[in-house]
Amino acid sequence: MLRPTTPQEVQEAVLTHPRLRPRGAGTKPALSSPKEGEALLDLSGLRGILEYEPEEFVFTAWAGTPIQEIEETLRAHGQYLPFDPPLLGKGATLGGTVAAGLSGPMRHRYGGVRDFILGVRFVDGEGRLVRGGGKVVKNAAGFPFHRLMVGSLGAFGVVVELSFKVFPRPRATKTLRVALGGLEEALATLERLRLLPLDLLALDLLPPATLEARLGGFPESVKERLEKLRGLLGGGEVLEEDEGHWQGVRDLAFLEGSPILAKVPAGLSRIPLLERLPLGPRRYLDGGEVLYVGLEEEGREALKEAGIPHLVLMGAEEPLFPKPHDAFFRSVKEALDPMGRFPLR
Amino acid sequence: MGFLHELKGLLGDRVLTKEAELAPYESDALTAYRKRPLAVVLPERKEEVVEVVRLCHRHGVPFVARGSGTSLSGGSLPVEGGIVLALNRMNRILRLDPKARIAVVEPGVVNLEVSRQAAPFGLLYAPDPSSQPVSTLGGNVAFNSGGAHCLKYGMTANHVLGLEVVTPTGEVVRLGGEGLEGVGPDLHGFFVGTEGLLGVALEITLRLLPRPEAYHTLLAAYDSLERAGEAVSLVIRAGLLPGAMEIMDRLSIEAAEKAVKAGYPQAEALLIVELEGPKEEVAEEARVLHGVIQESGAYEVRVARSEAERQAIWKGRKAAFSAVGRLSPDYIVQDGVVPRSRLGEALREIQRLSQVYGLRVANVFHAGDGNLHPLVLYDGKRPGELERAEELAGEILRLCVRLGGSLTGEHGIGVEKKAYMPEMFAPEDLLAMERVKAALDPKGLANRGKVLPEEVHA
Repeated sequence: MLRPTTPQEVQEAVLTHPRLRPRGAGTKPALSSPKEGEALLDLSGLRGILEYEPEEFVFTAWAGTPIQEIEETLRAHGQYLPFDPPLLGKGATLGGTVAAGLSGPMRHRYGGVRDFILGVRFVDGEGRLVRGGGKVVKNAAGFPFHRLMVGSLGAFGVVVELSFKVFPRPRATKTLRVALGGLEEALATLERLRLLPLDLLALDLLPPATLEARLGGFPESVKERLEKLRGLLGGGEVLEEDEGHWQGVRDLAFLEGSPILAKVPAGLSRIPLLERLPLGPRRYLDGGEVLYVGLEEEGREALKEAGIPHLVLMGAEEPLFPKPHDAFFRSVKEALDPMGRFPLR
Repeated sequence: MGFLHELKGLLGDRVLTKEAELAPYESDALTAYRKRPLAVVLPERKEEVVEVVRLCHRHGVPFVARGSGTSLSGGSLPVEGGIVLALNRMNRILRLDPKARIAVVEPGVVNLEVSRQAAPFGLLYAPDPSSQPVSTLGGNVAFNSGGAHCLKYGMTANHVLGLEVVTPTGEVVRLGGEGLEGVGPDLHGFFVGTEGLLGVALEITLRLLPRPEAYHTLLAAYDSLERAGEAVSLVIRAGLLPGAMEIMDRLSIEAAEKAVKAGYPQAEALLIVELEGPKEEVAEEARVLHGVIQESGAYEVRVARSEAERQAIWKGRKAAFSAVGRLSPDYIVQDGVVPRSRLGEALREIQRLSQVYGLRVANVFHAGDGNLHPLVLYDGKRPGELERAEELAGEILRLCVRLGGSLTGEHGIGVEKKAYMPEMFAPEDLLAMERVKAALDPKGLANRGKVLPEEVHA
């Protein structure tokens, strides 16, 4: 096993190994388990926050830094990661979150990991240390390699350093849970809520017919908006335990025990189809945009047969369906990883 | 068969080659640069764009895609001997789906038109570059356009969910999709901002957002630019996240007054802050904001009590660019970014440089995201003044990079700033860009001569 502690050591590791498999904390084993002939590149030694100016709403950290460490530092300054990276309680790292392209329930308010990444340094397939993007919240200079890394599974290089935008943390939060008559009614309600300027932090569907809506802001405003929302939905219960409940959702606690864990891009029009498949425990995040689901082998096969793209985080050899093969992907891959050292070769 | 002959075979009389027809396409909003293309073609369907690109590839003819030509960095400057793909006729909104909260558009659709069409559903398209009544989404995608709301809502890249693209070799690919989440590499996110070097967008899928319920817009007058800058820091330190924060200096205030009679107070600097969101939340935030502005030493504060008053506050700001243009026969607009906390330092240094070079510099900028827009005023008829203005503009760019910022926040590199790329990027970074370019465009035909400096390997 290779455990670099500097970008230079990552460069050396890349140049001396024909095939590599980068790993942060290993919370998504389908992505980070070495296959035959691959050397494991453990990035947990590249750890720590490099720069953080709360007033700039920007931080830069090593890719192997646990999200938990970042959240704690941000929280001390009244800030947070609005894309709400999942699996932080399990030890997930910044780099792994980017490579997997994962965001949590609060992505509903301001967007996902792709909307908050500002810059990257990575080692390409020829051992060069390359920088893309920057460390300011607005920047249009050069090819945006940082965005290329989101969801890349490490295909284009080993990410060593990342810069992100952060926001002030909501002062207070409350969650309303409402049980509706059935899937159809739940989808119609989601559709209605998605068009309203409610600024919800999270809006989840627990199929078939339960919605959870989380509000954040000044305590007085949250109280008033909660009543309004209750009126809109014709009732619902306010969760006693707000923070803890969502922490569990972020850690995908509702999938525990399932042999296969997957993320499935959904959307309101695809949910009825998904709901007819043999899926295990599950929850749709962000107004129905994305599904996190537990599966048996049968469920995975069903997704494939229905031609539904998905990413397996745990419990499969081939995590990504379908594998990218278009001319654009192939060219970028060829340019940055000509020897095929990294995943998705 | 010759290239032009074949081109006419594809598009008939929608191939322009006469001198008078080509003239309007010789330049974009960066008027100091001009080049005569071989021909301009006016495709009406994406299949035609694909055929033209394939023909160019076969004959090795460079091409530049262009919308309304509002690029301030010379991004749509033609290549000599090459063609211009003018996409304005491809201006259909193909689908507006409120249930999915998306719009699928052709590249020639004007930015503002999307929000106009989405308004009946209570939705809007968030990126609002100042050019939005004119500029097209194809151009916005190529240059990752910004606007006044980038701190909170991000840039164009954050609002593009999917793209259909013809690569420079003529292959048609679909990148991304129609939802907020995907799996696999974010190739559409990568394409946005590559300034047309990696292909031409044929169809663009945009994310739409609900229109905010309430706005609270405030105008504060200060006796120095630094105080206004300091106020921005105070707002941020108070834990607020305004939708927009804009600053204008004395020169631009005077110009805006003359041009549109916005009724602004006399000041060395004006700060506009706009809060937006649910009305209960905005009311609470406004209370905090007013406390902060009181402390910040503003000597006059105005709050918009109606939509008309809000528009009046914005009117002067939106007119500032063209208004400053009237103060001087010529000007160069820069677009550098600095970390927000170093705004004061950057502005002081710009003032000093202005004195050293003996040229006036007006400042209008997006303070919330540190995006400066210094306008360097000069008279092109005076010998040597353009060169001096360009030198001063270059010094400002270097200053931005030195302070930890960027060469460009939203205008792009184009031809204008490519020589400065090595100030911001190391040779390895530029080499990686070159390699990607070469892999997708081995003949170097798509928007040749932009972004990448000539001598990377040196």
